[in-house]
Amino acid sequence: MKKDISKVIVLGSGALKIGEAGEFDYSGSQALKALRQEGIETVLINPNIATVQTSEGIADKIYFLPVTPLYVERVIEKERPGGILLSFGGQTALNCGTELFRKGILEKYGVSVLGTPVQSIMDTEDRDLFVGRLNEIGVKAPASIAVTSVEDAVDAAGRLGYPVIIRAAYTLGGQGSGFASCGEELRAMATRAFSFSKQILVEESLKGWKEIEYEVVRDCHDNCITVCNMENFDPLGIHTGESIVVAPSQTLTNSEYHKLRELSVKIVRHLGIVGECNVQYALDPGSEEYRVIEVNARLSRSSALASKATGYPLAFVAAKLAIGYGLHELKNSVTETTTACFEPALDYIVCKIPRWDLKKFAGVSHELGSSMKSVGEVMAIGRTFEEAIQKGLRMIGQGMHGFTGNRNISFDDIRRELSSPTDMRVFCIADALEKGVDPDEIHELTRIDKWFLYKLKNISETAAELSGYSSEESLPVRLLQRAKIQGFSDFQIARAIYDPPPSGMHEGLLKIREFRKSRGIIPYVKQIDTLAAEYPAVTNYLYLTYSATEHDIWYVNDKRSVIVLGSGAYRIGSSVEFDWCSVNAAETIRREGMRSVMINYNPETVSTDYDTCDRLYFDELSFERVMDIIELETPAGVVLSVGGQIPNNLAMRLHNEGVAIMGTSPESVDRAENRHKFSSMLDSLGIDQPRWQELNSMDEIISFAEKTGFPLLIRPSYVLSGAAMNVVSNRDELFHFLELAAGVSKQHPVVVSEFVEHAKEIEMDAVASDGEVIAYAISEHVEYAGVHSGDATIVFPAQKIYFETARRIKRITREIAGELKISGPFNIQFLARDNDIKVIECNLRSSRSMPFVSKVLKINFIELATRVMLGSEAEKPHKSAFDLDYVGVKAPQFSFSRLAKADPVLGVDMVSTGEVGCIGEDFYEAILKAMFSVGYRIPSGSILLSTGPARSKVELLESARVLREKGYRLYATRGTRNFLKNAGIETEVAYWPDEKRSPNTIELIREREVDLVINIPKNLSKSELQNDYAIRRSAIDYNIPLLTNSRLASAFIHAFCTLGEEDIAIRSWDEYR
Amino acid sequence: MIRRPLFSQLSVIVAIFASRNQHNSSSEMVNEIPVKLVLEDGTIFRGYSFGARRPVAGEVVFNTAMTGYPESLTDPSYRGQILCLTYPLVGNYGTPGDDSEEDIPKFFESASIHIEGLVVSDYSSHYSHWNATGSLGSWLNRSGVAGIYGIDTRALTRKLREKGAMPGKIIEEGDEIDFRDPNSTNLVAEVSTREKQVYGSGRYRIVMIDCGVKYNIIRSLLRYDTTIIRVPWDYDYHKESYDGLFISNGPGDPKMCDVTIGNLRRSLGYDKPVFGICLGNQLLALAAGADTFKLKYGHRSHNQPVLKVGSDRAYITSQNHGFAVSDETLPDDWEPLFININDHTNEGIHHREMPFFSVQFHPEASGGPTDTAFLFADFISLVKESVMKRPNGAKI
Repeated sequence: MKKDISKVIVLGSGALKIGEAGEFDYSGSQALKALRQEGIETVLINPNIATVQTSEGIADKIYFLPVTPLYVERVIEKERPGGILLSFGGQTALNCGTELFRKGILEKYGVSVLGTPVQSIMDTEDRDLFVGRLNEIGVKAPASIAVTSVEDAVDAAGRLGYPVIIRAAYTLGGQGSGFASCGEELRAMATRAFSFSKQILVEESLKGWKEIEYEVVRDCHDNCITVCNMENFDPLGIHTGESIVVAPSQTLTNSEYHKLRELSVKIVRHLGIVGECNVQYALDPGSEEYRVIEVNARLSRSSALASKATGYPLAFVAAKLAIGYGLHELKNSVTETTTACFEPALDYIVCKIPRWDLKKFAGVSHELGSSMKSVGEVMAIGRTFEEAIQKGLRMIGQGMHGFTGNRNISFDDIRRELSSPTDMRVFCIADALEKGVDPDEIHELTRIDKWFLYKLKNISETAAELSGYSSEESLPVRLLQRAKIQGFSDFQIARAIYDPPPSGMHEGLLKIREFRKSRGIIPYVKQIDTLAAEYPAVTNYLYLTYSATEHDIWYVNDKRSVIVLGSGAYRIGSSVEFDWCSVNAAETIRREGMRSVMINYNPETVSTDYDTCDRLYFDELSFERVMDIIELETPAGVVLSVGGQIPNNLAMRLHNEGVAIMGTSPESVDRAENRHKFSSMLDSLGIDQPRWQELNSMDEIISFAEKTGFPLLIRPSYVLSGAAMNVVSNRDELFHFLELAAGVSKQHPVVVSEFVEHAKEIEMDAVASDGEVIAYAISEHVEYAGVHSGDATIVFPAQKIYFETARRIKRITREIAGELKISGPFNIQFLARDNDIKVIECNLRSSRSMPFVSKVLKINFIELATRVMLGSEAEKPHKSAFDLDYVGVKAPQFSFSRLAKADPVLGVDMVSTGEVGCIGEDFYEAILKAMFSVGYRIPSGSILLSTGPARSKVELLESARVLREKGYRLYATRGTRNFLKNAGIETEVAYWPDEKRSPNTIELIREREVDLVINIPKNLSKSELQNDYAIRRSAIDYNIPLLTNSRLASAFIHAFCTLGEEDIAIRSWDEYR
Repeated sequence: MIRRPLFSQLSVIVAIFASRNQHNSSSEMVNEIPVKLVLEDGTIFRGYSFGARRPVAGEVVFNTAMTGYPESLTDPSYRGQILCLTYPLVGNYGTPGDDSEEDIPKFFESASIHIEGLVVSDYSSHYSHWNATGSLGSWLNRSGVAGIYGIDTRALTRKLREKGAMPGKIIEEGDEIDFRDPNSTNLVAEVSTREKQVYGSGRYRIVMIDCGVKYNIIRSLLRYDTTIIRVPWDYDYHKESYDGLFISNGPGDPKMCDVTIGNLRRSLGYDKPVFGICLGNQLLALAAGADTFKLKYGHRSHNQPVLKVGSDRAYITSQNHGFAVSDETLPDDWEPLFININDHTNEGIHHREMPFFSVQFHPEASGGPTDTAFLFADFISLVKESVMKRPNGAKI
């Protein structure tokens, strides 16, 4: 160890949200590993319980507490660390650390900031300071004027000339940013931006310039390297988190590359960064003119991407530099012989593609701009651009087969779609090329560099050439080879030549697969080695490519490999929790003496760190690619049950190829996934379920609806996070949603079910061995059924269910486990009203809540499940282990503020982007910690109430009374006010948005007159009154905490009226025993 | 039944689509001509031809840089070599025009391409860059240089790493050409200037021994108040009036340059500052009495880390060399100035008392990182000091 520090606090980034996602689990985990290696005691503050970094053995002490100055100070007071790391937990940690520094708290407790000094951080965060610092060394930034009022903003824009870009200081991923092309747009945008920040910037627009990034590392000896550069496929104007990005840059000459590199080094030295830093440039596509867009003095999404793209462990190295190492004193962990003081040489191209889930949000705009909306990303590796982007477009997992070969992707107004980009633009380019639009014209409309467009045209041309043949035997071998080099999947080729395939697409692709193998056209495995083969690599960080003639590694076929399929792109409904599961499975496999092999392609994860497994294939989770890898590895088995729904969906197809699936048999998986089979199984076991019917004819449905009445739940089988699932409350809606649902999945039927209102939802997470349950966890939702389980607030152990309910749930679980001979993790969801229990879903795989219950219970379900699947000894935990003296609460994190115009309301389709899990002495302490961790605050003065339908009005009556007793001033809309008045509770009037009277609800929100908004929607159909929508949306836009569920609202109100922030116990995870 | 393909594979014509707007970009659609790279050990890599269609032979080496092919191709140090670029996508930004500034081409490192052949994985026949005037393929073609694409360059590189740089040839089926080891010939004599040339008119007169100098070295020195007197490798520059001596980079085995080494040995008897780069480092070492040896596969990349001996300062450097100075053989009055942090080979030497130093890497970059450009300033400072110490600043 270089610096004399024995204990260090690391700040995490909290719940996953748009703009701040899994990448910080990766960076924090790496930092903690680096410190541990030095024998430094580590303390982590992060309420995100589903992360790998909050697992046992990573940090010495973990606090599931909000990353805010108040709680961090209290942890510092208790732990007395010598140092603190601020740059590994995203903007959340950085902001919190800056605040602690400003308040003198770090000084007070003698905590030194390790790595980049706070002054440097502030120099990069405050735009004026930043530009000033750049000016000192003659580096150009966009002409920019910082303003603190809307009027000054308009003045500034007048001086710069429209269009201008607006940026808010100190925000995540461009929140409150955008382009304004006239004064009116500017006013609206500036007003909104001021609700996030006291200062905004009005800047010259550089729309159409190339966007280039460098990842820079500097040590305390002033040694400085750039680890990676990246080029955005989409030119400036689209947030880098929303852009397709390639690494390294493709269209820059040596002179441009090194000009920007030299500037990066100069800037980073001048700012005094110690550790890692990201510099973003705009580069004129017609000269070497440049502007520095921004500097992030911390690990970022781009640095996570750069780490995965190059194999250079940026976060690990940054942590070592923070404690005083020089770059030249560290080893390159890939070669173990060469130094970490070097710049990786790539011999492949990577392509990052964002994943959006905009379809889940009612009302949201699909246009892309300078603020971020994507919820995840993928990274594809290839040796041609065509290969990388086609792999990537499949990886995003939205039913696309690559750049071409997608059905029903046609745009009416191609030119408009190209010039105002949406999440579908790349497919619009495909459509345009197919329709014969010249790449030069596409360039004019998109300003995407022609190099990229002509490469895409290569793909289109090959697709057209392929479709000139109608059988595999007639295909010229060189054409087939070229198609594979350009990243065509067997599916795409099958679709191009068989029209339609005689026995289904799957049979078609199998035919192509067999044919090309017979012609010797197979993919080869290559290592990512940081040095382009100049030195041998000791790690097995791998990808597959068709631009090759030999493998980099030897296969011994010893049947000791166990393949784990990871979870793919983070998306709503599948994120870091499945990464935790995958990592734990891989670690258990390794501990059991087998070779752990991971397949995943998400650069924001820990599972794609090459040191978490013996072999990492950073590649597709498609049937084709997984089979390629299985044929090379000849594994003992494949684990499909820890990576969420993507691997689960492959179960039957892999099984049909004779692949050994570990754990529960694929037939059982199918029996659980297929609603029809599952339902008849429940019937035969005598287990109750909501009434349902398969959608075959309209007549049947109508008569079903007449029998059960509305509301009804519509859903297709094989879904995760309720895609296309919805509740309908009348016949019109029924027809409308059935149309939508049918388009989601053709192979599986759509079902209509009875929707039980006002029922409790209970979750059973469990592990079984050969049909016998060996560990289980029963948790309950705070909200009534109707809120997706991913959006619900979950309490574990369940606090308010009858013993009889629990007993029945355990019995049903045992019966299902026995019937399906489950071996591995599974999850069952129940509805309970009184002691009437119905099963609503059963997944024979790990669930979203596995890490939460595992950590609260301190029994690692995935470790246990993996041991079961491997056939090792899996000891059944003692009964007493299931009795807890404390409570865990898992709360969802929403990112509505990022999604302009989206209605922040909850339903059966999941919309949250992340979650936290906190532990408390009792339910109320735990829920307070959890709610604070996702951004709620105890209101200080006034609360706005509009409490919706009669039932929720009643539910919130007691809450309103308590609030009044506590001295809160309550504003209420008409109905709510009358209702409360009759109950003897006085409120102030708040007029509806469309009543042009004051005090108006919108005005109260805008003027920050209220600091909590409770708005309960009147029905489940989402066809809400404009008024309610306006209130909810304003609360989001003006950053005022909003609650839309009466059960959650009353729990939260009860909690903060009973306990104050000072009552929150500062206890680490290990102190709950 | 075969439907008619939309794009005939048999089209033989090279079609060039001219650009329609200010961006220089174009496409060539070429039929694929099979060609192969044959190594001396019998290994064959099959690919397709781009550039000139003629059989070529040379020493096969690899470079791991990700940009800068126009710079590498015109670097005289690659004389006689078949260059494999490990970065798979090549040709993306085309090739720049031959504009020049003060008689020096702006975008190239010498007057022509020096490699014998170019080996890449994915050649980009379509290029796009504002500064481009043509494609890489057409430039190779004009220059009579063979190109092969579509081969597994990583497999080739791994072979060269394991077995060392070795002779190879790029041929079409039926072509006859012998393997050739360029290191057995005097490559410096081929690339050195034929006659003395003078650049600039600054105060400090620098004699530049041209063993195959890269233009960016001349550009870098001309940024100071200098006059550059560029002389052939075997020229006796002692008759020239000068203030400092520069020894350039160049191709091949340094021991081939016996005349240069002899001249240098004489110079080391004077106190005029001496600065050498790359081959210049090796020649200075040989003149000082040290020995050089051939590296297994050399250093050819933009990411070579070097450490200044006795300090914690490290630099990322651009390199292109197959031979190195043996540290152990340095005489007592010399010591290593830089070492390579990866393989600990010598990266520079200096005299303990006299103003003589040289580096194995390329501070002039082009291509590559510019971290060590300060060495030119260091050299000029030494020259200034030396001139100031001289009575009345007299020329000798």
